[in-house]
Amino acid sequence: MSKTVVKLSSLSKKYLMAFAGLFLVSFLLVHLGINLFILPIAPDHEAIFGEAVHFMTTNPLIKIMEVVLFGGFILHAVLGVILQLQNWKARPVGYAVAQKSKVYSPFSRYMIHTGIIIFIFLAIHFMNFYFVKLGWSVAPEGAHTVNGNHDFYHMALNLFSNPFYSVLYIVLILGLGFHLHHAFQSAFQSLGINHPTYTPVIQAIGTVYTVVVTLGFMSIPLYFLLA
Amino acid sequence: MKLTLKIWRQENAKAKGRFETYKLDHISPDCSFLEMLDILNEQLVNDPIQLPVDTIAFDHDCREGICGMCSLYINGRPHGPEQGTTVCQLHMRRFNDGDTITIEPWRAGPFPVIKDLMVDRHAFDKIIQAGGFTSVSTGGVPDANAIPVRKEDADLAMDAAACIGCGACVASCKNASAMLFVAAKVSQLALLPQGKVEARERVHAMVAKMDELGFGNCTNTYACEAECPKNISVENIARMNREYFSASLTKAERKQSSGGVG
Repeated sequence: MSKTVVKLSSLSKKYLMAFAGLFLVSFLLVHLGINLFILPIAPDHEAIFGEAVHFMTTNPLIKIMEVVLFGGFILHAVLGVILQLQNWKARPVGYAVAQKSKVYSPFSRYMIHTGIIIFIFLAIHFMNFYFVKLGWSVAPEGAHTVNGNHDFYHMALNLFSNPFYSVLYIVLILGLGFHLHHAFQSAFQSLGINHPTYTPVIQAIGTVYTVVVTLGFMSIPLYFLLA
Repeated sequence: MKLTLKIWRQENAKAKGRFETYKLDHISPDCSFLEMLDILNEQLVNDPIQLPVDTIAFDHDCREGICGMCSLYINGRPHGPEQGTTVCQLHMRRFNDGDTITIEPWRAGPFPVIKDLMVDRHAFDKIIQAGGFTSVSTGGVPDANAIPVRKEDADLAMDAAACIGCGACVASCKNASAMLFVAAKVSQLALLPQGKVEARERVHAMVAKMDELGFGNCTNTYACEAECPKNISVENIARMNREYFSASLTKAERKQSSGGVG
């Protein structure tokens, strides 16, 4: 399979990268929407969070989407690495003076680096939650008792009560934010959507999305750090 | 003006290059950048100490911004600090007295250095040969209204056709991608009725050649658009992405239709 992926034309790789990326972008919003109920934003936030977790872990449609999500993520990551290796190879001798050309997003130079940060984040995330659900790793310990391997609420509370974990979480989410700022508008350009009127709108939505998602995910550890 | 120049010197494609430092004095601010290099070469020729004479090789031809030959990477930017111009249109008044200017050749695998600041840009010719043309006998000039073309399309095609193939897009791209060049060459034909006939085959052939030659992939940073001396827009890249996608979907149809007419 990897040979076929390498052999795809540069444009085909772009489309796959963009499609998978936009799917991950939509997934992040759903994930954030549920996560925010860890915070006391409603009187029965804990119950709502529990219900959402129950739905996400038992609904058969979500089970199918989970496979699509993992597939999309792996495709996006593998293509990202292949593209980066090809791009480094395309300039065997570099410049003495760093490139000073104006670019849309200053973070566009560091997509592979921020991508690796996201990968590290996901590795930690899986150890703490997904693998616990599958019974592959033990639930994070702390002041709260974790009731079974679906009790993500108390697992999160235990993790965020550790200030080192919270700070690490914030730093890694910042990497995600940098990645998203370039990624959002880039996906549309890759799919051939560039229009004098709509492109500035897409870029504005991308910036708002990036800020909302980044600050949204960061707000949870920040709450526990300050509380 | 007093200047210190750090210039990349390289004997030939295989030799190992290095930076050499040169001092220049009494340079007029009205002097063009290439004239300044001419003055430097003149000094090297007349220098009695430095023998044998080895002048600095750099590409140039028309010196009025239309031929696409000049190709210098100056202080981190292709064609220097001016926006929308080639090196030959750059003047020394854009620099300050006492400045140190670093001059490098275009850096990309498919653009090997020939000597000093000259690079081999045959790769672009190969991409054009792969499909950047219409294979019809053009004959005489057709009647003005024989082939209707929308004004908007004519303008967009003309904007794309402004590309002079200098390679600044490749030089400025962090991935050494040739997407802006190929997109301009695909667009200038795809927008016009004469070019539409072979549009599907063209975009596939040109992209395949671009990939084969070892140019990098486009990651939409848009540095190419910022550095293009002809202000070619990245909208052309989006157009090429659309063209390529729709051509991919109709590939099977193409194979069937190549059966020939009785």
